[in-house]
Amino acid sequence: MKKTILLALVALCMQPVFSQSEKFTGAMKKNIADIDSAVSHNEIARLTDIAANFERIGDAEKTQWLPYYYAAYCQITLAYIKNVVADNDMVADKVDQLLAKAEAIEKNNSEISLLKAMNTSLRMLVNPMQRWMEFGQKIQQYSQDAMNQDPANPRPYWFNGVSLKNTPEQFGGGCGTAKPQLDKALELFNSFKPVSELHPNWGKQICEKEAEGCK
Amino acid sequence: MRPGLLIKWTFFSVLLGLSAVVAAQVTIRGQVKDNKNAPVAGASVSVKDSYDGTTTDSSGRYSFKSTEKGQQVLVISSIGYKTVEQTVKLEGTLVTFDAVLKQEISELTAVVLSAGTFEASDRKRAAAVLDPIDIVTTASANGDITGALKTLPGAQQVGESEGLYVRGGTAAETKTFIDGTLVNNFFFTSVPNIAQFGRFSPFIFKGTVFSTGGYSALYGQALSSALILESIDLPERSSANLGISVIGLNGGYQHLSKNKQSSFGISYGYVNLGPAFAVIKQRQDYSAVPVHHTADANFRIKTSKTGMLKYYGYFSHNKMAFTVKSIDSLGYFDRFGLSNTNHFHNLSWKEYLPKRWRIYTGVSYTNNKDEISSGIQNAAGQEVTLGNLEAKTFDLDLEGDYFNAKLVLEKKLKGLSAIRFGTEYNFSRDHSVYTAYNGDKYPGSLTEKINSGFAEADVYATNDLAIKGGLRLEHSMYLGKTNLAPRFSLAYKLSKGSQASVAYGIFYQNPERRYLPSPNDLTFMKATHYILQYQKVLNQQTLRAELFYKKYDKLVKTALTGFTEAAVNNKGYGDASGFELFWRDRKSIKTFDYWISYSYLDTKRDFLNFPAAVTPNFAAKHTASVVTKKFVEKWKMNLNASYNYSSGRPYYNIRYDGSDYKFTDRGTIPDYHNISFAINYLPFIGKKAPKSYAVYVLQVSNIFNIRQTYGYQYSYNGLRKEAIVPTSRMFVYIGAFISFGVDRSDEVINNSL
Repeated sequence: MKKTILLALVALCMQPVFSQSEKFTGAMKKNIADIDSAVSHNEIARLTDIAANFERIGDAEKTQWLPYYYAAYCQITLAYIKNVVADNDMVADKVDQLLAKAEAIEKNNSEISLLKAMNTSLRMLVNPMQRWMEFGQKIQQYSQDAMNQDPANPRPYWFNGVSLKNTPEQFGGGCGTAKPQLDKALELFNSFKPVSELHPNWGKQICEKEAEGCK
Repeated sequence: MRPGLLIKWTFFSVLLGLSAVVAAQVTIRGQVKDNKNAPVAGASVSVKDSYDGTTTDSSGRYSFKSTEKGQQVLVISSIGYKTVEQTVKLEGTLVTFDAVLKQEISELTAVVLSAGTFEASDRKRAAAVLDPIDIVTTASANGDITGALKTLPGAQQVGESEGLYVRGGTAAETKTFIDGTLVNNFFFTSVPNIAQFGRFSPFIFKGTVFSTGGYSALYGQALSSALILESIDLPERSSANLGISVIGLNGGYQHLSKNKQSSFGISYGYVNLGPAFAVIKQRQDYSAVPVHHTADANFRIKTSKTGMLKYYGYFSHNKMAFTVKSIDSLGYFDRFGLSNTNHFHNLSWKEYLPKRWRIYTGVSYTNNKDEISSGIQNAAGQEVTLGNLEAKTFDLDLEGDYFNAKLVLEKKLKGLSAIRFGTEYNFSRDHSVYTAYNGDKYPGSLTEKINSGFAEADVYATNDLAIKGGLRLEHSMYLGKTNLAPRFSLAYKLSKGSQASVAYGIFYQNPERRYLPSPNDLTFMKATHYILQYQKVLNQQTLRAELFYKKYDKLVKTALTGFTEAAVNNKGYGDASGFELFWRDRKSIKTFDYWISYSYLDTKRDFLNFPAAVTPNFAAKHTASVVTKKFVEKWKMNLNASYNYSSGRPYYNIRYDGSDYKFTDRGTIPDYHNISFAINYLPFIGKKAPKSYAVYVLQVSNIFNIRQTYGYQYSYNGLRKEAIVPTSRMFVYIGAFISFGVDRSDEVINNSL
């Protein structure tokens, strides 16, 4: 009997330990799944909520970089959806904080470098005419970093492709230069295997859409 | 059921019950508002270090369940607001907590002390109405810093001499500072009736602050205006550049060290106006066309992660000589010759110190030599001396040494609030030798030392209210006097993007050196500024309206003493009032950017040799500019045009009748119109990682050849008058500037592999 009680107590005490990791995986999975539906429906409030969820998970876990990564990803995506360029600097400051936390845990990561490129692009949009000299170089550098850190990562190619697609032809953009990048991204997407089910695995569909628009 | 089993079951159910209690959730709810009592939507609310939390809805309300118990910390955060942490006791089933978030005071959101201030910088904030690139892409600016500033409200379109005439003030009432220290001889030496350019390339500056009044206690000795220039820090990469234009050649090299911690650069420029003057007829007949040699050198060193040491050194030599038909004596010619040599050195250091202290310090030194020669020639080109006109034949050799040192200490307080104090030392020594027509020499010398101390405080109570108060104390050794000047400005945010600001200040300035020495005891000239401003900035659009009143006291009055006009007393006075409008729109039409400025000025003053208080000849009642910039992607071209207007300025002939100065003639010059056009062709646009950046420039000033009159000049006897007009009506400038990027992208890629 005593043994049973002891076992039960131990089980009761152990439970949080087991469930912590399950809790993490569960919470991450749920929120990652939610991103897609929130983005596809342009649900700003929901995406804000998801961003906050990720940040909370990151703050609670302290040793996981993925929650901060996704929080940053949501904030960047929100800024693109809202499209109020005057606020971009403020959002970008926040994203920089989140990415710094992620980077403190996970160094030289291709996915983090890509978000840096996307975030810098947010800053440039505030005043492209004036800022492209300074930020354009940084964006190129970050996306190059992302490619170097993981040559199998399709997302840097996707980002380059989309950036070029949205650049006027006179500036060396347009589908002509964007297509090879998008094609390369698609090729990589097809063979891409995320490290785990929690690791970044987004972008294939939007990439396909962008590539279609360039036929 | 066996009793034992029963006990077991009971025990289990107790355990289950217990775990149910453990897992019992507390609902936490409440509302989040900002300090203006408006709900904050999308704010994150969480129990610290747990997964539990939510975000607020559009009415700022939130509600979530948590399994955490006892003393916990609730964290409420939102972008742009200060995070609030509150200890709460989680017990029972419901805990309510309402939070008030205060806006984070940051440069991005805080109100800006903008009264009387135009900023051209890359600082990411609302007061920067211009970008650094605007300085060089303003069509009427001719690539000159002050040329671009003249399209802003407050500045006059004075074309017969260089400098910024601001709100009824003379050009001497504007002082220029580079990296904190005073610049003497910012412009090339004056030539009669020909405005001179600024000496410095606009490309060496990353920030320009043009104050049309009410500026900070850190700056002094300027009654009207301060032009504060900040040089660039490290260049983004190494590069070599080459320029060729209708007026000369230039080349330079900038080297950025591999670790990006330091850089150095040198450049040389040669200007020869001969070819341009051969094509574009000048009013003057040049015996020596203007030729300039300019060389500069710089180094910049990051002394630590946050420290920066910068040096900029400049040398130039230029020469010219010309004759014009003499107004005094028909058939004769006035001869003018100038040779100028100028050195300028500026060394500055800024660094963060522990405990949120910061130090800014700098020294600058200038040596300037002018050799001016004036005379009369007959039709055969021979030097002659004519009776009554002996004073027109002279040589004047001037040499000035100027030294300026400044130290500013800043302590950052909470948010953006800060206190700043420091000291400034200004030394000047001017030597002159005047050689009269008969060979008599009159040497002169003047040394001045001005010691100043200043302190100011910036107080940002909230994002919506900013106050700056300052005091400046100056002692002039030459005058033997001390002044104390208070400065004050305040800005209040009315709504998102709109703000109201006021500024007040007293400004002192020594009498101009050219009117010294004086036979009498003099004191500081004084100006008092009152400025009221409304500004609205919304997504690429800026509207500004400003009202001002400026009072002048103790201006210098002059009298003829010997050959020259010297200051005799401080009985001059005056005032200026007006309103100004500025509108810039980069949004309404895609790739089209324009600004409009308008100034109304009502000013009168009695100073120098004026017989009474009148509107001075450098002040127009109405001044306006329209500047447009259109980027045509297809052609990779910038098409820039500008129109400058000023209503007719008054002119006077002031003559000394043996006892008094009197107006013997007066009137108003015609209105001034100038339309300029410039094309910049940028073929590198669109090339990925271009190896060279070439800019081709075609610039035409006064494209419609409109007759412009700057004023009138009179013969010595007052019998003849002649319009002062530009040296040529239209001017065409063609140039190519190529920067060869010593491209580093390969290096970057290789390093990261």
